Amino acid sequence: MAATALKEQLNGLVNSMFAEGLLDEQFQQLQMLQDGSNPGFVAEVVTLFCEDSERILADLTKLMDQAVVDYSKVDAYVHQLKGSSSSVGTQNVKLACIQFRQFCEENNQEGCMRALNVVKHEYYHLRSKFETMLQLENRIQAYETKQQN
Amino acid sequence: MMSLAREGSQGGRELHVLAVDDSSVDLAVIARLLRSSKHRVTTVDSGKRALELLDLEPNVNMIITDYWMPEMTGYDLLKKIKESSTLKEIPVVIMSSENVPNRISRCLEEGAEDFLLKPVRPSDVSRVCSRVM
Repeated sequence: MAATALKEQLNGLVNSMFAEGLLDEQFQQLQMLQDGSNPGFVAEVVTLFCEDSERILADLTKLMDQAVVDYSKVDAYVHQLKGSSSSVGTQNVKLACIQFRQFCEENNQEGCMRALNVVKHEYYHLRSKFETMLQLENRIQAYETKQQN
Repeated sequence: MMSLAREGSQGGRELHVLAVDDSSVDLAVIARLLRSSKHRVTTVDSGKRALELLDLEPNVNMIITDYWMPEMTGYDLLKKIKESSTLKEIPVVIMSSENVPNRISRCLEEGAEDFLLKPVRPSDVSRVCSRVM
């Protein structure tokens, strides 16, 4: 059955994301909160996380482009991103944010620039996996709805 | 004034919880955690909005708020609630992603019911809701 094959593909993708360190056990907690009464919960949280992250990364880029960098503002944004990545279980993004905050504490401009690039790299890598994940979920949902009707 | 929790449809106690967090991600997660335990949840994204809502809708059994929010922190919100004759009996739980002992003791001394470290787990939610019920 097509839905079974898609589910296997989805499980394979998510498992590989755990194996690669993109996700940690907090993501499993979110998966456990998804059920028949709330089938779109993981998709909802992932979508909110991506929207938040892109807004924060855009703001961080502007702040780091300033002639004089306000490290307390940069740190506040990185703290936000670290928080939401921790809540979603996006491990590599969280770890990159922790590194970034250390450079903020030192007022290390070069370190912060490098760290920002690392966070962006980790985030965009994760985002492409999340996009595939959500596409697969939507296709599975579409098959299952069709079967019920 | 604290309203009594309602009897839920399956015989358990249903609390009305006000969740306060400026992070949309964290708000979605805490709301889901509470709703999966069959509690009614209202969400707002700031302390200011929380106070506005409490003015209109005093039938809240518990408030769960992030500590670090712009303009009004969770600690500031806690203080305002404990200073209010109509709201002071409502239990307030603080959440934070940072384990700062001074912060925790300050909140507990100000009357917080509990202090949870993020990411919040289902067991944390069960614990605080059981105490309130």
